[in-house]
Amino acid sequence: MTIRLQHIRDNIKLLSNPREFRRASKGNIQLWANLFVIGWAVVFMLWQGVGFAITVGTVFAIWAMLAVSLNLVVGFAGLLSVGHIGFFGIGAYSMAILSSDAAYEQLRTEALTTFAWPFFAALPVSALLAGVVALAVGVVFNRFRDDIYVLVSFGFAIISFNVFLNWRGLTRGAFGIHEIARPQIGSWTLDGELQFMLFVLAFLVVVMLIAWFIVTSSFGRVLTAIREDEEAIEVFGYQATHYKLAIWVISAMIAGLAGGLFSSWTSFIDPFSFILLESILLVSIVILGGLATIWGSLLGAMTFVLLEEGMRFLPFLPTEFIGQARQVVLGILLVLLMLFRPQGLVGKYRL
Amino acid sequence: MSARFNDTEQFALETSEISKHFGAVKAVDELSISIPRKGMTSIVGPNGSGKSTLINLLSGTLPLDGGLVIVNGVGLQVVKAHETPAYGITRTFQEVRLFDQITVWDNILVVLTNRRVFPALMERSKQSHRDKARSILESVGMWEKRDSLAMELSYGQRKLLEIGRALALDVNIYLFDEPFAGLFPQMLEIIKDIMKRVRDEGRTVIFVSHNMDIVRELSDHLIVLDSGRLLAEGDVEDVLTREEVIEAYLGT
Repeated sequence: MTIRLQHIRDNIKLLSNPREFRRASKGNIQLWANLFVIGWAVVFMLWQGVGFAITVGTVFAIWAMLAVSLNLVVGFAGLLSVGHIGFFGIGAYSMAILSSDAAYEQLRTEALTTFAWPFFAALPVSALLAGVVALAVGVVFNRFRDDIYVLVSFGFAIISFNVFLNWRGLTRGAFGIHEIARPQIGSWTLDGELQFMLFVLAFLVVVMLIAWFIVTSSFGRVLTAIREDEEAIEVFGYQATHYKLAIWVISAMIAGLAGGLFSSWTSFIDPFSFILLESILLVSIVILGGLATIWGSLLGAMTFVLLEEGMRFLPFLPTEFIGQARQVVLGILLVLLMLFRPQGLVGKYRL
Repeated sequence: MSARFNDTEQFALETSEISKHFGAVKAVDELSISIPRKGMTSIVGPNGSGKSTLINLLSGTLPLDGGLVIVNGVGLQVVKAHETPAYGITRTFQEVRLFDQITVWDNILVVLTNRRVFPALMERSKQSHRDKARSILESVGMWEKRDSLAMELSYGQRKLLEIGRALALDVNIYLFDEPFAGLFPQMLEIIKDIMKRVRDEGRTVIFVSHNMDIVRELSDHLIVLDSGRLLAEGDVEDVLTREEVIEAYLGT
């Protein structure tokens, strides 16, 4: 279910002993999935060099954070949300707007409210704002379930995109926001790519610890029961709506945090980073890795990022096809996986 | 009605003209019953007579369309499912409803933990919870199966686990919806023993059944429903010899 120290110790023992490994790896798809994705990542890093590895590492960390946060909602609570990118966008825009300062303002064609907050003040507020919006949205969404839930969360994705696109006084619409600041402590700025990757990876570790803390608690167990049968758990005195609202807000806050880090990393955001397709890709990552497994979300994100970034270098494809080919390969991969392994790479559960 | 409010010593659960309509169908129609605190009460009636709907209304799984449910001397117009354990009520379902994709162990443990969101978030399973879950699983003979997923169990085992899950809640009133349906004789005995044990602890057991032998054997009080209305209520042997009951239900 989650990574535990015992698992890591067992795995090291397993990998260091050839006979043990042969015995354990026979038919063990989870183990092979782990080895394949991690091996693939290592090969890619070695092949493409450090600079590429750093980009992939950062993108991976952000997607992984999002996937872990969405898995809390989809995998553990059973709420299939396809609007999660909206919270990511709220986080990203909060960071961009709050940290923008007047110096860049002269370059701009349209007015933008300036706050000039430091990064470390803007980041928690990014998460908090996403949480506040999630609270308001969640109160309404809690009335719905299953297929209807997909539809209303789809509505949320569309609305949030349109707000980013059309509230020009705040977001500059399709122009996007440039020159978003990197984290700064005193006179020292975190502008090195390697440092930033480590910075984001550190946040990923914190997010995983939070997720682990949640899913191993009594609260996490009740969530899985809500996923299985909401009416049945209510009879035992648990108010499912409270639990669903709580995990929804926590999850949105993590997505908002990831958004804040993302906009600081790219230093430029526009509404088209937060379209519905990204949300669907995110759901695919969660299902690809496996529902209700935090480690699976990491594997899913890694697989996705390696496909996304890695296929740029496929030598036998003409460059103009590669963009589309990536989507096709991801699509085929999903179909094959659902045919042969509907529970995802390392998952145990189905929706 | 007000007189009944004072009979909390005698009656564990009463209803006053409760109704539930599904469109034009009156599943439960102005039904007033009184369930004695002591002993077992069974609810019988032909298919579609409103037995399960009654259980669903008493446990808050379905909202009331009218009337009052009176428990511990308090009349409730609205019974909320998540508040029923506080009134001392819990239940099992006609079609077994376990948490399929979690383990047998977690199926029991999940109903023992803190009900409020933030304390639950801070709580890991306590030793007392684990001890209780273990004793429950042992009492229904499922301890060896604790690491299986609930969906991997046989039908009889699922039935047992669901009863165990209800017993994990320390309440006064247990509603069992068809606990004996579709089970082979050996399993019937096990479930009968469990229910007798609960009764002997001084708790109120209410069950729905089609098996008249078991109803005769176990229950002290009998409620016969027909088309959502009360056909007869009272002592088992007395009710079963009444003409209208024989005519409507037993058919012989």
